[in-house]
Amino acid sequence: MNELMTQIYEYSFAVDDVLLYLDTHPEDQEALAYYKNMKEAREAAVGAYENQFGPLTKDGVKDCVDYWVWVNSPWPWEGGANKCGTMRKGCNTR
Amino acid sequence: MWNYEKRLQYPVNISTPNAKLASIIISQYGGPDGEMGASMRYLSQRYSMPYKQGQAVLTDIGTEELAHLEIVATIVHQLTRNLTAEQLEEQGFAPYYVDHTAGVWPQSAGGFPFSASQFQSTGDPIADLYEDMAAEQKARLTYDNILRLVKDPEVCDPIRFLREREIIHFQRFGEALRVTQDHLDSKNFYAFNPAFDKQNGNCNR
Repeated sequence: MNELMTQIYEYSFAVDDVLLYLDTHPEDQEALAYYKNMKEAREAAVGAYENQFGPLTKDGVKDCVDYWVWVNSPWPWEGGANKCGTMRKGCNTR
Repeated sequence: MWNYEKRLQYPVNISTPNAKLASIIISQYGGPDGEMGASMRYLSQRYSMPYKQGQAVLTDIGTEELAHLEIVATIVHQLTRNLTAEQLEEQGFAPYYVDHTAGVWPQSAGGFPFSASQFQSTGDPIADLYEDMAAEQKARLTYDNILRLVKDPEVCDPIRFLREREIIHFQRFGEALRVTQDHLDSKNFYAFNPAFDKQNGNCNR
């Protein structure tokens, strides 16, 4: 996994976890500050990743001039041994 | 409304297929204590939760369970991909293969299809939250049982992640239960159902 995606996994998990904590502790100032830090770090990593490797969400489609790139980037279940999954560069493109 | 993000909540990269393991782990996709039932349970129960913190917990945990559903499906997919019919049969997968080939379909390890009768939405917030806490423990022990059977570290790793989340969810549902009880009559939590019984002059509970 590339460095940016590793960061996305880590920051996103931090957001997922503190989200649930904040649901039952909505006045915890330390947790609120942690949420803000992790959310901003996640947004930065997602933006940098999408610029280089393609969209993670429908809002992240940057280059849609002549082709719908959403269909090109790998699907999340395609990791591991399948070389047509996350490693591919050309075997499932148009 | 939900938004899809094109990644798993926790990465799954399995290089060695093992259909025998897939036939066990699929229980956490569509089995009695699996992720499909978990997400449908919490997302259905939200509508009769009167308190905003409880509504948030049910929505956000129900959403995370959808991400767990995708992780389990990915494990099953990667454990069964690129195998021949003969290999699937040798690994005890023939009864599943004959109906589903190597597709992913929600069933228990014992072959029973997913059913909404595996969970409740009672319309009573206290009863629902106790069910939710029990559900998290049942899912946790199912992952413990799976981990006793799995030797491949590439499979253990995401299963351990899922197991740990059950413990966190149990904790959060316990807190949601406390918040719910704080709104009720401390001498008798069961005096009325706050989602159903109208309380005279008390619109602001």
